[in-house]
Amino acid sequence: MTDILRPAADWELKSMLAQLGAQNMAVEIVGAGSKRGIGHPVQAAGLLTTASLRGITLYEPTELVMSARAGTPVSQIEVELASRGQMLPFEPLDYGVALAAPQGMQTIGAVFATNNSGSRRISVGSARDHLIGLRGVNGRAEIFKSGGRVMKNVTGYDVARALTGSWGTLAVMTEVTFKVAPLPDDIATLVYTGLPEDLAVEMMSLAMGTPYEVSGTVHLTPKHAARIATAPIGGRATSITALRIENFMKSVRYRKGRLMEALKAYGQPMELDLEASLGFWGEMRRLVPVTFSDDILWRVSTSPRKAAELVATLRRHMPVEATYDWSGGLVWIEIPDCADAGAADIRRAVAIAGGHATLIRAREAVRREVEVFQPQAPALEKLSRGLKEVFDPQGLLNPGRMYQTM
Amino acid sequence: MTAILLPEPESAVVARREAIVKDLVAILGHASVIGDEDGRLAYETDAFTAYRCMPLAVVLPDTTEGVAQVLAYCHRNGIKVIPRGAGTSLCGGALPAEDAIVIGVSRMNKVLEVDTSARFARVETGITNLAISAAVGPAGFFYAPDPSSQLACTLAGNIAMNSGGAHCLKYGVTTNNVLGVKMVTIDGTVIEIGGAHLDADGYDIMALIVGSEGQLGIVTEATVRILPLAEGARPMLIGFESTAKASICVSRIIASGIVPVAIEFMDRPAIEVCEAFAKAGYPLDVDALLIVEVEGSEEEIADRLGYIAGIAQELGPSSLVISADDAQSAKIWKGRKSAFGAIGRKADYLCMDGTIPLSQLTYVLEEISNICKRYGLGVANVFHAGDGNLHPLIMYDANDARQAERAEQAGADVLRLCVAAGGCLTGEHGVGIEKRDLMRVQFSDVDLAQQMRIKTLFDPQWLLNPAKVFPLDGRPVLAPRASDPAIAAE
Repeated sequence: MTDILRPAADWELKSMLAQLGAQNMAVEIVGAGSKRGIGHPVQAAGLLTTASLRGITLYEPTELVMSARAGTPVSQIEVELASRGQMLPFEPLDYGVALAAPQGMQTIGAVFATNNSGSRRISVGSARDHLIGLRGVNGRAEIFKSGGRVMKNVTGYDVARALTGSWGTLAVMTEVTFKVAPLPDDIATLVYTGLPEDLAVEMMSLAMGTPYEVSGTVHLTPKHAARIATAPIGGRATSITALRIENFMKSVRYRKGRLMEALKAYGQPMELDLEASLGFWGEMRRLVPVTFSDDILWRVSTSPRKAAELVATLRRHMPVEATYDWSGGLVWIEIPDCADAGAADIRRAVAIAGGHATLIRAREAVRREVEVFQPQAPALEKLSRGLKEVFDPQGLLNPGRMYQTM
Repeated sequence: MTAILLPEPESAVVARREAIVKDLVAILGHASVIGDEDGRLAYETDAFTAYRCMPLAVVLPDTTEGVAQVLAYCHRNGIKVIPRGAGTSLCGGALPAEDAIVIGVSRMNKVLEVDTSARFARVETGITNLAISAAVGPAGFFYAPDPSSQLACTLAGNIAMNSGGAHCLKYGVTTNNVLGVKMVTIDGTVIEIGGAHLDADGYDIMALIVGSEGQLGIVTEATVRILPLAEGARPMLIGFESTAKASICVSRIIASGIVPVAIEFMDRPAIEVCEAFAKAGYPLDVDALLIVEVEGSEEEIADRLGYIAGIAQELGPSSLVISADDAQSAKIWKGRKSAFGAIGRKADYLCMDGTIPLSQLTYVLEEISNICKRYGLGVANVFHAGDGNLHPLIMYDANDARQAERAEQAGADVLRLCVAAGGCLTGEHGVGIEKRDLMRVQFSDVDLAQQMRIKTLFDPQWLLNPAKVFPLDGRPVLAPRASDPAIAAE
């Protein structure tokens, strides 16, 4: 099978999956395909895209809720939201720059299928926290729904949320319903330069412990910081640590002052105004600090308390550049190309610190061999395997994408 | 009331009660096993008091290992298990069965670790909701979900039911505030998911566990997100002559770009009862009252409340009062949070929990009033308007069996209405036994079969809290009792 399958409706997707099932033929599931470079290369002859499932099906600005068909580009959704002064609060990342893939193409279905969240995740929660319902077709070729269009819903098991981050291996989403939020009136960013990583993480954690609702906390090591273009912090050869405050104007002014006061031991920050803030956090959303190169890129989720120590441990084995987000709870780790992508050392360091590591960027030959997602404890792996069976007993959907034998 | 059918207890298990209690004592010791009738009586129901049933035995383990040993024992011997927190479920989620052992986690209530720099607390799940906030409060933090029963309810129950509360408009519900769990599965295996980091790896199994109503395992420890306390918070009261105006006001506040921490709604019957109870200064001459709360510094609060007052003024409110001080704020919230209790002193009631899209609010409230009139019953409405989570309290006399039955029927009609309006059966209380037989109103057979396959994956014999959530017919395991009309017809 060489044709790309492009279902334009639930029932069409259902019949396609039924046919694939009858032939026992696996299929790779993509939206726009901009994240195909992440994960194990899928072992499937066919390709199915949700790109023809397009369109916003419900938007109620007064209820902060939107539904869209899975293949709707995020860019289209954000334009529509902005026209009513709203946004996707979890600011999903665009992997184009980091993976040398097309930019601005990502679909809303893929955002939830990969639980893709950016810097604001630290204060408002992740993509998975904002998903309130979906429709989809599972590997049994059954059309199902879960959740709904209301904010609070505990009717039955939370299947919709359970499908976030499953990378198309359990079901194909056809329509997603999610919470949105008002755009802030004003944004300010405080930027501290030259802080070492441990102090930066300490300061970011301190900032998150204040009542000033800091909505973004990142630290970039010098090489990563140098890739930032936004003036006046662009092109520096020192580390930068940035804190974002968003609210109505009076509040931003007040909170900025209070925050600087609380953090004065860490030095005098530069201040970015609304426009510069939009520029800088836009670059963060496009993962500019980890722009595509031959270097290997890992995404490590850990406790902020352990982040700097984890990176320091790794530096004993290899050169490391790091971008810390979520006040240190998320670390983008860049290391030079090597045979196992540094997996052995990184997994060991993560095992000590707690958390998990995902290989984001490496040559295909490496991604074929190395465990891309965090290997699981046996009891948990058994449940994961069981869940795959529940939704996709024949293993038709994205086989091997997350775990090689699943 | 006997409208909701429960499965026929397995007589072979019931007959072995004495021996089973002996086994449990051998596993946990006398101090953790309740086998006598008086002791068990305290566990025969939860806050859905219309249904009662004496459990086979009650165990109160002190440790995860204790829970694991009992579950492994039940698994080996095919004995059903009813997990229990504080027994405050409003939907019969903790209702026992004659052939089931109640496993209560209330003795496991320790705070294990608090990390304010990484902003999490690791606790045993028998801890009460409010005790988590109390433990982290001195450091300037709190645990956000705040169900009305927070003084009594346990985190274990909150996790089982994915509990919400008045302030989840801003802070989310339980599922958004749990980072990790330690859970014992039915065969006694202890699994750990997530932890002190923000997103768990692999499939989002935690999403299934939170809100699974004790059907997938017993969560004994959890790592929860804690948040810095706001500098201050203050509510305002806005009274309107009609619910229509109040609902327009809610929409306009949200559309204006402000998301308050809470927007609560009360109708006239609720206002009267709550004001009599709390003396909070609620206006008594209005049909609808909004409690809108914002957070921040004094200046920020004044600015935001002023802005909201401006929106409200355009609609010509009958009254508009900004709380003057902390004492008044406390009274305003006391009135709201004690609403169920205060109404309960006046009449027995069924508390519904459907959620609807806000745009349907006026229509749905009118229809609820019509439905209750049709059944000859009174209704009071107190609910979270910001997120459309309704709580109609259908009042009846529990000593009048026919009235009680009518109340259940009215409740079912109200929930059907919520689903038809684009909403759902339950926003924060859970399905339990109460809404079990209405699940097909919201879900197709395919949807339910998929959920039940998940249940079977975790618990192949359906031993954990089996009579709940899914309609009794159409299950892979556990047939309904012979008196079920569907079976009798065969």
